[in-house]
Amino acid sequence: MTVARFWRKIPQRYNMIGTKCETCQRHFFPPRTFCPDCRRSGRIVDHKFAGFGTIITYTVIHTANEQFEAFTPYVLAIVKLDEGPRMTAQIVCRSDEVKIGMRVKSVFRRIATDGESGIIHYGTKFVPVD
Amino acid sequence: MRDVAVIGAGCTRFGEKWSSGFRELFVEAGALALEDARLSGEKIDAMYIGNMSAGRFIEQEHIGALIADYAGLATHHIPSTRVEAACASGGLAFRQAVIAVSSGMEDIVVAAGVEKMTDVEPGASTDTLTGAADREWEGFVGATFPGLYAMIAQDYMHRYPLTREQLAQVAVKNHYNGARNPIAQYQQEITIETVLKSTMVAEPLRLFDCSPITDGAAAVILAPLERAREFTDTPIKVISSAQASDTITLHDRRDISTLDATVIAGKKAFRLAKLTHKDIDMVEVHDCFSIAEICAIEDLGFCRKGEAGKLTADGETALGGKIPVNTSGGLKACGHPVGATGIKQVFEIVQQLRNEAGKRQIDGAKIGMTHNVGGTGATVAVHILGRG
Repeated sequence: MTVARFWRKIPQRYNMIGTKCETCQRHFFPPRTFCPDCRRSGRIVDHKFAGFGTIITYTVIHTANEQFEAFTPYVLAIVKLDEGPRMTAQIVCRSDEVKIGMRVKSVFRRIATDGESGIIHYGTKFVPVD
Repeated sequence: MRDVAVIGAGCTRFGEKWSSGFRELFVEAGALALEDARLSGEKIDAMYIGNMSAGRFIEQEHIGALIADYAGLATHHIPSTRVEAACASGGLAFRQAVIAVSSGMEDIVVAAGVEKMTDVEPGASTDTLTGAADREWEGFVGATFPGLYAMIAQDYMHRYPLTREQLAQVAVKNHYNGARNPIAQYQQEITIETVLKSTMVAEPLRLFDCSPITDGAAAVILAPLERAREFTDTPIKVISSAQASDTITLHDRRDISTLDATVIAGKKAFRLAKLTHKDIDMVEVHDCFSIAEICAIEDLGFCRKGEAGKLTADGETALGGKIPVNTSGGLKACGHPVGATGIKQVFEIVQQLRNEAGKRQIDGAKIGMTHNVGGTGATVAVHILGRG
């Protein structure tokens, strides 16, 4: 991923800045700039997500894409955020610990690197809430 | 709107074809289809070619013109169009060709699919396939295609009574069929043990739950039904064609374990054809992973949600069962050259309807269905075909 492509999504990836439609109050993360319900009468504004959610489903990845090979096995899940939307993210926990319905909160973590000299991708992972 | 028929079909052997390049694969499939239709190339009015990612797999774009050129048609200047919808590229190319003939715009049209996947390292091909999902919000965080389907499986098994053995039976059945298909990549039968002892890829999916990386091409030739008998004694009628889309990400779906695009396209295909499930003699579904076949059988309406595992374990989806599924061996055993798969599904149904399917022939087959999925269900194409 080129620097510009990564850089322009930094607020979303680092701080979970998504969007919200003020017309219907629906929240979007990953962010959308067009509300599928209100369409052109929707008014989209930025919204900072609290970062709490519940695991809907998960897997443990043993065979990964090149960039993630060094991290296997790792837990990947779909998290339903308390504000409504769902997102895909890694869960920082043991692979035998994860389960459907588990409460999680977001943390800032390294996601991957572009080789030895490329940029380091940071972003959001989740950890179990005690 | 005119009725449309398949008048010829051809397919390369699927597999890791180290000695064949992209061009050779396509030319081979095209020549087989033309020969089958007893047609000379000059008669072709237009071509639609399904291809997911020649740009990443062989660093070649502009596939429509390249293929027309190497098919010897550069001096005929026919329109040749590439169609892309990830793993549903072939199904959509077929549908575009059907629309072209049906509308009266063109008469003799080639619908083809081709993918050359083994010219890059396995890690690179896995990454290319991830582009069928959302690169920014799925691929970026470490999702793989097996990983996404594994999350469907995990959700499904949490909600419905599907055992690990029933899931494995999907692959066992597809390998049994593949062993009876001369174009299949894998022609060996396997057991439930084979699946359960294979390498873990993404829990709960193991290597034998996953379709392979494959090179291959397939082509069919379409004509107006009223002209079909000029070319063949066994025309196959395209009874209906339907296509639907859904969210690009799995996490945004209404229901993780239901492919709504399959439900919508399936219902529409049945409605347009004025047929019901009882009329279908066999169906080629998009089993990129074992769980995908389970979902497809249910989402197309062949049984209720939660029952496809038992249906499979009871042998009802096998050759000779109530509704034979993936008589070709499916993506699992026949192989999955992504852009070609949708056309290969049509090729299989054409063989069945012409009573040319050899050891995997369904007795008295009259009507068949194909179901081709892009990504985790963001695009679906469904076709119903019958004896013309």
